[in-house]
Amino acid sequence: MSQAGAVKAKADATASVFARSRPRYGELVIRASLVIAALITVLTTVGIVFALASETISFLGEVPLHDFLFGTTWSPLFEPPSYGVIPLVTGTLLTTAIGMIVGIPLGVGSAIYLSEYATSRTRKFFKPILETLAGVPTVVFGYFALTVVTPWLRKIGIEVDAFNALSGGLVIGILIVPTIASISEDALSAVPQGLREASFGLGAGRFQTSLRVVVPAAFSGIIASIVLGASRAIGETMVVLLAAGQRPNLTLDVREPVETMATFIAATGKGDIPTGSLDYKTIFAVGALLFVMTFILNIISTWVVNRYREEYE
Amino acid sequence: MNAGKRNARDAALAGAAVEQSLAADHIPPASRKMLWRERIFKALLIVSLLVGMAVLAILVIDVLSDGLGTLNLSFLTSFPSAFPKNAGIESAITGSLWLMAICAFFVIPVGVAAAIYLEEFADRRRWWNRLIELNIQNLAAVPSIVYGILGLAYLVRGPLDLGRTVLAGGLTLGLLVLPVVVISSREALRAVPGSIREGAMGLGATRWQAIWYQVLPAAIPGISTGAILSLSRAIGETAPLIMVGAATFIAFNPTGLNSAFTALPLQIYNWLSSPQAEFKILAASAIIVLLMMLVAINSVAIIIRNRYEKKW
Repeated sequence: MSQAGAVKAKADATASVFARSRPRYGELVIRASLVIAALITVLTTVGIVFALASETISFLGEVPLHDFLFGTTWSPLFEPPSYGVIPLVTGTLLTTAIGMIVGIPLGVGSAIYLSEYATSRTRKFFKPILETLAGVPTVVFGYFALTVVTPWLRKIGIEVDAFNALSGGLVIGILIVPTIASISEDALSAVPQGLREASFGLGAGRFQTSLRVVVPAAFSGIIASIVLGASRAIGETMVVLLAAGQRPNLTLDVREPVETMATFIAATGKGDIPTGSLDYKTIFAVGALLFVMTFILNIISTWVVNRYREEYE
Repeated sequence: MNAGKRNARDAALAGAAVEQSLAADHIPPASRKMLWRERIFKALLIVSLLVGMAVLAILVIDVLSDGLGTLNLSFLTSFPSAFPKNAGIESAITGSLWLMAICAFFVIPVGVAAAIYLEEFADRRRWWNRLIELNIQNLAAVPSIVYGILGLAYLVRGPLDLGRTVLAGGLTLGLLVLPVVVISSREALRAVPGSIREGAMGLGATRWQAIWYQVLPAAIPGISTGAILSLSRAIGETAPLIMVGAATFIAFNPTGLNSAFTALPLQIYNWLSSPQAEFKILAASAIIVLLMMLVAINSVAIIIRNRYEKKW
């Protein structure tokens, strides 16, 4: 027997000790079905992208891209119809901007309190309130905007229409507080304790330590939370559908009704429009625009969150 | 001699002061101006939390004061009607329960299986596994109305062509909460220490036997808490159902998977968008029922978490 043969025989013997006694086909089947389950999540994304893209391309076959993206009149039901999406975009950005003005200070403020000031007792009190707020269905917030906030705005002297961008935007702001607060709080809590102690040791108070040391150290996480909050605000449907009206309106006047992209999709999808009609395709074209906008924000947010996590681990 | 004694006493006093300030969890500021800044800042932070609390309180009080009057047994056991006096939410309640059951049947097996794959089998160095993770993170933030479009295009019409049925609605909601179930199930699996797997495999179990007989039972409390919370999110969703269901006037309970349906949030939306003030009051009554269902579901989740969750 040659030397090489002996070595190979020995290697085979070693391998056989560790090798499975028999192939386990059952385990392979199980593993394959687990992979299929994971692939369903990928398939969902592919489905969304494909559905939106195919109908949008066919929509753009009938309406030029330039007219769609830069046109300033949205009146798909009028004769002749006009498909300029700008009023829907400005309506969305208007309610989102109001929401951010409310949501950012409240969300980040709540996060700083919970992470830097709260004792474990006050945390136990406030944390469930934020979680409850996050669990309230959006249709209930829509009811709140319509029947509480709008009358209240009129009472304090702001002459709003029955449907208006302001009350929808304000309530969207409340809606995104839990999103911003929970991610910001994670980021603030991840700042090493040593930084705070060093700051206290130099004579800074909690105010200075929070704003000059902890918040800058957690800045990327806070930004990520705000970006995610903006993405939620842009995609929010029920609050604006119920409280902000359905009039495509190129305006910055927050007292007037506006139509957002999500509102248009819901209001049009409600009716029984025939598959393949231009009305049906507009849902997908506007949906594609909404999806692209939120997708970019989500990518930015997850990228920032993942990056910052690695920094502190 | 005397001076030495005094120094020792001063040191002791200073030590006590330091201890006290640490105990009060408060660092003494250098000046009066700083002190006021501290106080104002802290007050603002508390106010930001209180706003959320106040909104919740006003919301609940308003809903109760509007809707409690019309909330009675006949409201719960009547079907929607053109006349506010006769209208009720029986078909909305049964519709929501059907949706929840269909959603659970779809999302729990798929979500848990995907979580097991990602947590127990997937090699994170492979790009496709990282892509699946990134994809799930992103799906969790896709607006719910977009899931409605997906449901409309592929479940109601298109390849599956289920029609505007309770099955299409439940599956759409299932896809919507799938990322949430995967993420929470992964966290539950991750909380089971590696020594459990190693112990099982050291005794001769295969990888799957270790997961099925050891890891999964230990993770079930965490998995079920996450799954129940995601179901409570599902039955509160309205926007996707508007796209998928849209049937405004359903005066019967679902009889099967292919039945047309309405749901509590849909009924609330329909009543709120009606111009008659009486229907807005009925919407408030329906909101009370919806919120009570959510509180009940979430309490179950909390009880499971507190009672069965193991600390390793």
